[in-house]
Amino acid sequence: MSRSLLQVEALSVHFPVRGRGGAPATLRAVDEVGFTIAPGETLGVVGESGCGKSTLARALLRLVPVASGTIRFDGTDYSRTDERALRPLRRAMRMVFQDPLASLNPRFTVRQAVREPLDIFEPRRPTRERDRLADAMLDRVGLGAAYAERYPHELSGGQNQRVSIARALVAEPRLVICDEAVSALDVSIQAQILNLLADIQRDTGIALLFISHDLSVVRHLSRRLLVLYLGRTMECGDAATIFANPRHPYTRSLIDAVPVPDPAIERARRAPPLPGDLPSPLAPPSGCVFRTRCPRASSVCAITPPPLRGGPGALFACHHPLEEPTP
Amino acid sequence: MSAAPPILSVRDLSVRFATRRGSVEAVRGVSFEVAAGRSLGLVGESGSGKSQTCYAIMGLMPGNATVGGSARLEGEQLVGATRARLDALRGRRMGLVFQDPMTALTPHMTVGAQLCEILAYHEGAGSAEARRRALEIMERVRITDPERRFEMYPFELSGGMRQRIVIATALVLRPALLIADEPTTALDVTVQAEVLRTFRAVVEHTGTSLVLVTHDLGVVAGACDEVAVMYAGRIVERAATADLFHAPAHPYTRALLACRPRLDDPPVARLRTIEGQPPSLAGREDDGCAFAPRCGFAQAACHSQRPALLTRRAADGTTREVACHLDAPP
Repeated sequence: MSRSLLQVEALSVHFPVRGRGGAPATLRAVDEVGFTIAPGETLGVVGESGCGKSTLARALLRLVPVASGTIRFDGTDYSRTDERALRPLRRAMRMVFQDPLASLNPRFTVRQAVREPLDIFEPRRPTRERDRLADAMLDRVGLGAAYAERYPHELSGGQNQRVSIARALVAEPRLVICDEAVSALDVSIQAQILNLLADIQRDTGIALLFISHDLSVVRHLSRRLLVLYLGRTMECGDAATIFANPRHPYTRSLIDAVPVPDPAIERARRAPPLPGDLPSPLAPPSGCVFRTRCPRASSVCAITPPPLRGGPGALFACHHPLEEPTP
Repeated sequence: MSAAPPILSVRDLSVRFATRRGSVEAVRGVSFEVAAGRSLGLVGESGSGKSQTCYAIMGLMPGNATVGGSARLEGEQLVGATRARLDALRGRRMGLVFQDPMTALTPHMTVGAQLCEILAYHEGAGSAEARRRALEIMERVRITDPERRFEMYPFELSGGMRQRIVIATALVLRPALLIADEPTTALDVTVQAEVLRTFRAVVEHTGTSLVLVTHDLGVVAGACDEVAVMYAGRIVERAATADLFHAPAHPYTRALLACRPRLDDPPVARLRTIEGQPPSLAGREDDGCAFAPRCGFAQAACHSQRPALLTRRAADGTTREVACHLDAPP
């Protein structure tokens, strides 16, 4: 097994909030989540809104404080280091957001936007060389230097997302976090961007952490998968194994809820969608947090939080897992 | 296709916007009909004209828009109808469901009060009668424990329940037609599944006709009887849902189906793509097929002559409408 690039152990992010009646309370947005990403690998993170996907991404970039746990990049724990020590990491880990127009400075030309990470991390390099690198990166993402002088408002959503990707890649990071990076794009443009990410990963060996609510897209891109619910890990491991044979009932419900472009399958859909609503994250259910919506829940689920267990392929946190496939 | 007169009949509908940079032709001659108790999915990417088609039907157009052609609801012409008449028809004969359930509801009124207000305003219903019908419609859209939810404010409900309340407000006056514009796009997949089941149940049990606008072919697969695929302001293919999915005829429909990864297919290394961008709708239109520059099968004629939307009969007797010069793309 190769050394992991990113190694996250028991990571928790807590937000102090006001609960009922204004009493101080703690929102456990991410609770004891652990995973690893190897160089060149893609980890997909899925779950409903409010499951902690985006908070997790922000914690990995140290944009929100870490309550407990460790995050190691290349073996070094940076979960509590000061901002100065984070500087090299800010270069090695970049992020691509959902809305490219909102994440690009409207007053920057495309070239300026793509060049900016180099301006910050390599100020001694001559400007012309930085420009050249930025233009080369624009070529790489399929835009070409013809777009270099344009502004974001002159570009389409897909083109702006290419600019964001170029900007993320220009300083040669080793991990790129994509938070719903293709969700705002039209279907035909989504495919272009997904292929681009796959090509870049093949050529450069960067690792991807790909957050999305769209399971079909995550399955397409990811080698490994993390399923979150109310900030907790439900299932984690090899993506193909989990998609083919989810052991956690929550993973099963998520997969079953995805509409399939086939009327025969859709009309015959018998599995009822997940009942009930996401519980308040301020007052998560005791024991297993998923039990209030789980078709398999029993009395033990209300008492003991299920530990992560399972085989070499994938781990799941459930007292009553779905059957293993018969070999 | 059926003998009964359609609830909605749209003929050569066009929408043009006058902007500072010239005119934009968002809808360029769209025709379709929806029979009683049937559902039509209008599918397309951003800028295809699917939403503007619906807003033109509803008469919800800004001042710089010009609507041409015809849209008849139960025989009555909507294009050019007076504002007073459209106000009377909206809600009563046609209901609308928007994408974002939070902005469609009033935050400071309980959901029960909002439903009752509609009944009191349009039909002069007394409070007992309004309450009875509000609870009835809440049950119809699968709200569990309606008596309790009746007293709740929108913020107290989950996203899926809120969207079902919006559907209830659109249905409470028993309209002949329900128009839903991306009604599940803002929702989680699990919630989307529940809302789509609600739409199916509503069409089945109330006989309301449904026009569902979406960018997601997966959504229409289970929710609609018929699908119309739009591109650059025109319908390029219209067919029964099963026919469209099993044998898409227009190259754009095929490409759209192919470029989305599917959970029920074996994984693929590379996704099919549609290269390029949809065309700009500003200014004068080219003569050819709008999809030709992105089409893998385009021939000389495709660039010079616009294909009409024509009825095709398949070997198995099914019919569909396709706007393509190619009889059968390879």
